[in-house]
Amino acid sequence: MNDVLLKVDDVRKEFPTHSKEVVQAVAGVSLEVHKGETLGLVGETGCGKSSLARCMAHLYDVTSGSVWFEGHEISKLSRKAMRPLRRDVQVIFQDPYGSLNPRRRVGSIIGDPFAIHNIASGNERKKKVQELMELVGLNPEHYNRFPAEFSGGQRQRIGVARALALRPKLVICDEPVSALDVSIQAQIINLLSDLQREFDLTYVFISHDLSVVRHVSDRIAVMYLGKIVELAPTSELFGQTRHPYTRALLSALPVADPDTADSRQQIILGGDIPAATNPPTGCRFHTRCPKARLDCTAEEPALEPVLDDKPDHRAACLYPLTVGEDLSTAVPDLKAS
Amino acid sequence: MTAAIEMVDVLEEPKAIEGRSPFSLALRRLRKDKVAMISLAVIVLIVLMAILAPVFAAVTGHPPNEQYRDLGLTPDGLPRGPNGTFWLGTDDLGRDVLVRIAYGARISLLVGVIATAITVVIGVVLGLAAGFLGGITDTILARLIDVVLSVPFLLVAIALVSVTGPSLTVTVLVIGCFSWASVARIVRGQVLSLREREFVEAARSLGAGDRRIMFVDVLPNVIAPVIVYTTLLIPVVIVTQATLSFLGLGLPPPTPDWGGMISESQNYYTTAWWFILFPGLALLVTTLAFNLFGDGVRDAFDPRADRT
Amino acid sequence: MAMFLIRRIGHGILVLWLISVAVFALFFVAPSNVAQTLAGRQGTPETIALIKHRLGLDLPVWQQYLHFLGNAVKGDLGYDYYHQVPVTHIIGQALPITVSLALGAAVLWLALGVFNGVISATHPRSLADRGLTLFALFFYSFPSFLLGLLLLYFLYFRLTLSGFGWFPAGGYSPLAGGIGPWFQHLLLPWIALALLLAATYTRLTRGSMLDVLGEDYIRTARSKGIRESRVVVVHGLRSALTPVVTQFGIDLGQLIGGVVVTETVFSLPGLGQTAVTAINQQDLPVIIGIVLFASAAVVVANILVDIGYAVLDPRVRLH
Ligand SMILES: Nc1ncnc2c1ncn2[C@@H]1O[C@H](COP(=O)(O)OP(=O)(O)O)[C@@H](O)[C@H]1O
Ligand code: SF4
Ligand SMILES: [Mg+2]
Repeated sequence: MNDVLLKVDDVRKEFPTHSKEVVQAVAGVSLEVHKGETLGLVGETGCGKSSLARCMAHLYDVTSGSVWFEGHEISKLSRKAMRPLRRDVQVIFQDPYGSLNPRRRVGSIIGDPFAIHNIASGNERKKKVQELMELVGLNPEHYNRFPAEFSGGQRQRIGVARALALRPKLVICDEPVSALDVSIQAQIINLLSDLQREFDLTYVFISHDLSVVRHVSDRIAVMYLGKIVELAPTSELFGQTRHPYTRALLSALPVADPDTADSRQQIILGGDIPAATNPPTGCRFHTRCPKARLDCTAEEPALEPVLDDKPDHRAACLYPLTVGEDLSTAVPDLKAS
Repeated sequence: MTAAIEMVDVLEEPKAIEGRSPFSLALRRLRKDKVAMISLAVIVLIVLMAILAPVFAAVTGHPPNEQYRDLGLTPDGLPRGPNGTFWLGTDDLGRDVLVRIAYGARISLLVGVIATAITVVIGVVLGLAAGFLGGITDTILARLIDVVLSVPFLLVAIALVSVTGPSLTVTVLVIGCFSWASVARIVRGQVLSLREREFVEAARSLGAGDRRIMFVDVLPNVIAPVIVYTTLLIPVVIVTQATLSFLGLGLPPPTPDWGGMISESQNYYTTAWWFILFPGLALLVTTLAFNLFGDGVRDAFDPRADRT
Repeated sequence: MAMFLIRRIGHGILVLWLISVAVFALFFVAPSNVAQTLAGRQGTPETIALIKHRLGLDLPVWQQYLHFLGNAVKGDLGYDYYHQVPVTHIIGQALPITVSLALGAAVLWLALGVFNGVISATHPRSLADRGLTLFALFFYSFPSFLLGLLLLYFLYFRLTLSGFGWFPAGGYSPLAGGIGPWFQHLLLPWIALALLLAATYTRLTRGSMLDVLGEDYIRTARSKGIRESRVVVVHGLRSALTPVVTQFGIDLGQLIGGVVVTETVFSLPGLGQTAVTAINQQDLPVIIGIVLFASAAVVVANILVDIGYAVLDPRVRLH
């Protein structure tokens, strides 16, 4: 496809720890984000979503691999060389309290992108900022207030306004609604989708909550322990689930739904998420997978189309699920035969 | 993106009125603090006394260094107590204690303000650099801070002044060069935690460079603790200056200065109480006023510390 | 823990070494006329040169430094210029005085500060709280020499005049000469020092007590019907004291080289006064020895505080 906006190629991100071990936050991820789509990224807290997002925006240097934006590699650019590209790639952060400087006025926070890129100053900047505030549903007269004087939802609107100030091409939303009340989550999601239509935006939408991601995404990537385990168009991910982990996530959704007919049976995963410093061998999911077999502990499955899937539906599993397969009765069998 | 969730997009009502900064909130709290306001009034009076010192000299007709050997001393050569001519008495050389106290205020305040300013500027810049830049810069600065904080300050100050000879500049420099480390340590600690805050990352994602982040995003967040520390540092500096003077390392005589006056009065405290009492009182009232005011500033900027 | 200790001690040694370089550079580069003084007014250039040679002052500064450092590592800080007494011996003579002063004052200021802090914290915003805070700040604002002179005036001069010669005008009486005279000579300096320092402890205790008393487990203890005084003392104070202990360690370390004024006012020949005398006589080995010794006291105290902190509070990460 030639409408690829962002390409992530075998990216790894490791963090040193105080002992000699390293945390493998992102352990070899490859994916593409297409122009105009919303790619959902879902996985349990700590699986590496934020780290991947920061690698995508080149806020982190990748440990290995590369990130390409519009055909140019950005993952090795210096901070200075990256600066002009920052206009095109923006991030909306999870914490609407932490991501706004408490000591600065909202007008100046939203005006930051204009100031940093020398685009507008003085009254012109103020006008642009007030337009933005109106656009995201804030009262422009609150220009001189401080973040503490706004509610959580309003603060997230401030974050949205700041991210959209320079009309970016790609917006990475790292759990933009996770910190908000459910009723307010809907408002922010609606706002984001309105803005996407209006400005032709491409989103990477991150959440630990599959039900949130599902409503907004064209495609969804499911992440487990630093790796993508399944990547498919939304309807296929729900209708033809291939990976046992995806199935487990689906089964935990609160309401049974026609799409997820074969996953009504709740699947409770055994065991804890393994430490990211010492991931399991072979398939990283084998310590909790109901279908695990002995070779799962040795062979690492690649992320590729399985069974009769189309090329845009990929899963990383040695024993992928068939449609209608009942996972709730499966038991792992790790003994040598 | 399909917005499946239909929901009225209500504007949530904002919580407070127009643009009240954390700073102006603190000022409001400070203004309501009676003790702090009284202390501030006292500080203003002392500043006025320092500015108007020549007026004291003109009204009494006694220049600060003029020795009245007949009028100002008893026949046995002892200081005279407070009377119509010398309102607060005279010192061992027959000089007017009141006028000298007024002039002494100039020294105390001058050193207090200038040395504190130097301290704070050096401390904030180095603390900011160490905390924000990290790496080798931080390693070196952190060791330097340790060194300065481990040295017995007063001993080294005395030794330095004894080598260079006493002067206002030396006093200010010695105090400034030894006190910055505590400011730097406070600022560094603050910056280390601020650096990890998401708004710094947000600024980076917008394309802001180190310098902009340091001064536009981080600096405003360390100002409150710095203000608190600064108000509490002024009295410490004033006492240090007086202490150096008391040990004979202040200003070369006959320049009037409170620590020096107290030192000169030591041999007379059995016979001329006014000679030690009034300069001592001036010094004590000044430091007390600054400390009480500083305490109020601390409570105003960190209301948590004073909640019930 | 072992790694942490090693790194901490390594830092301490580095800091001390840097201080030795700085102090050496400072004093040896500054013009000095010790040899002149020692030779007396009639000293010929030859005698002066001889004295300089004997003291090693004719060598380049860096050689003098290396010589000094080599000896210092072996615990030899050199000899004083005037009587050729080992500096370590001089420090050994003065140290018990300074330590007596610091420790005795510490008992007083801890008792005073913690007690007042607890009263303040348990009755926040009451008259007692305000009164005690004001009391603490009042003495905290005192320049130490002024407080010393004041105590001397009222408790020595006025009392003696009225026929109660309880306190001497100053000076030191070693413990070997009886605990009574030792105590008598030190009581005023102790009071002077303790009143100055108590304020910090009142504030620290008050602050951390207020924090702790607001925490869940204290509320739980209260709701279980445990007596208030028991809640305060057993549950509150114990955890509130961590910052107090930290500050205490730091203050004690600093007092070793920092009671110059109190020692001067009360004529106590401790480390501070000895150093001041040495400074007046430009007796460099003594100055440098005492400065380094006092710095070492601070460094060691800080390491002990860090260790204590790590042991007391498992949340502290060691790095
Ligand atoms: N700056 C960091 N330093 C060390 N470890 C980190 C850092 N950021 C994240 N991690 C670790 O990497 C893993 C993935 O974290 P993160 O990307 O934040 O996950 P998510 O956003 O999915 O919750 C976690 O184990 C986390 O502890
Ligand atoms: S590869 Fe094996 S362990 Fe991994 S998900 Fe598939 S079946 Fe489960
Ligand atoms: Mg995250």
